[in-house]
Amino acid sequence: MLGLGGDRLWADMNRLLAFLFHQGVLDEQFLQLQQLQDHSSPNFVSDVLSIYFHESERLLSNLRSLLMDREFWDYKKMGIHLNQLMGSSSSIGAKRLRNVCLAFRASVDHNNRPGCLRALEMLEHEYCYLKNKLHEYIQIEQQRALAAGVRYPAQNN
Amino acid sequence: MLAAAADGFKPQLPEDSPSAAAEFHVLAVDDSYVDRKVIERLLKISSFKVTVVESGTRALQYLGLDGEKQSSIGVDHSAKVNLIMTDYSMPGMTGYELLKKIKESSVFREIPVVIMSSENILTRIDRCLEEGAEEFLLKPVKLSDVERLKEFIMKGEEGKENGDKKSKKRKRSDDYNNNNNLFPSPPFSSLSHPCDPSSSPSALSSKNSILRAEIE
Repeated sequence: MLGLGGDRLWADMNRLLAFLFHQGVLDEQFLQLQQLQDHSSPNFVSDVLSIYFHESERLLSNLRSLLMDREFWDYKKMGIHLNQLMGSSSSIGAKRLRNVCLAFRASVDHNNRPGCLRALEMLEHEYCYLKNKLHEYIQIEQQRALAAGVRYPAQNN
Repeated sequence: MLAAAADGFKPQLPEDSPSAAAEFHVLAVDDSYVDRKVIERLLKISSFKVTVVESGTRALQYLGLDGEKQSSIGVDHSAKVNLIMTDYSMPGMTGYELLKKIKESSVFREIPVVIMSSENILTRIDRCLEEGAEEFLLKPVKLSDVERLKEFIMKGEEGKENGDKKSKKRKRSDDYNNNNNLFPSPPFSSLSHPCDPSSSPSALSSKNSILRAEIE
């Protein structure tokens, strides 16, 4: 019975990933993260994703503050935050979010105020979607770990 | 723990022995927490010993190259560094500035330095290679990049052991010199590339193919 549960969870995970790849939300770098996870580092993917969420939310909050300033827009700082967000997104395989950052950066480079405001909305929306999907992934992963743990109690730390 | 021997590695170990790589200590520098986590894992899974720091300043402190003076007070000498991998774009000291400081040091200039960057900018790559960087990796860094570096370091250490010059697995500059005097012999590290460019997605290999295209 548990074996069947484990298989179904495995299928769920792959279906979710296939979907996200197909949509261009994730790219093969995400698979690289999976490859880095093993028995010696069993929570690697969820650990990295936690850090990513934390970092991204801080950067998004900074970007919003910069754009909410009615007087002066610090385009340079915006560029820095965007580069950081782009970098970490690319490191976890968040392709679509990274591309939204690119578009945002283009508006920054052209000092395009309305463009920046639109881009921020798009970015926040995209981040929200990505986070939800990645949480789904993490949940399935945790369920799989639980199922495996119950089957092979000796492997629990 | 590394032996206190001058070179920090044992000779006669087979190249692909995991214990050989475990003797190699990599210092990784990146201001992004996400990237530090990933690079640390990439290196550990490839059997390297890893120290990760968040800035060029911290890297210099770790090496004992604080400020103007070379301070070895409090530095753990058994943790000899065999390779430095640094992000290019960092606040404060960039990877390029860190590279320069390391190459200016008589003590540390022999340590190979690899630059990582998310941006494929040829002038940036050139500048780093000219300053003595061993390799320029495009982010996101992959397992295959680290595996390649591992091979390169181990060949290099082997070469030193045998009293040879540094490993020259691919020396395209030889071809260029024989066939075409328009291209003067480049410095070793800028063209000789310890990997197969056809399988490498790195910026350096794309630069190689640009040069090859010009010659043909």
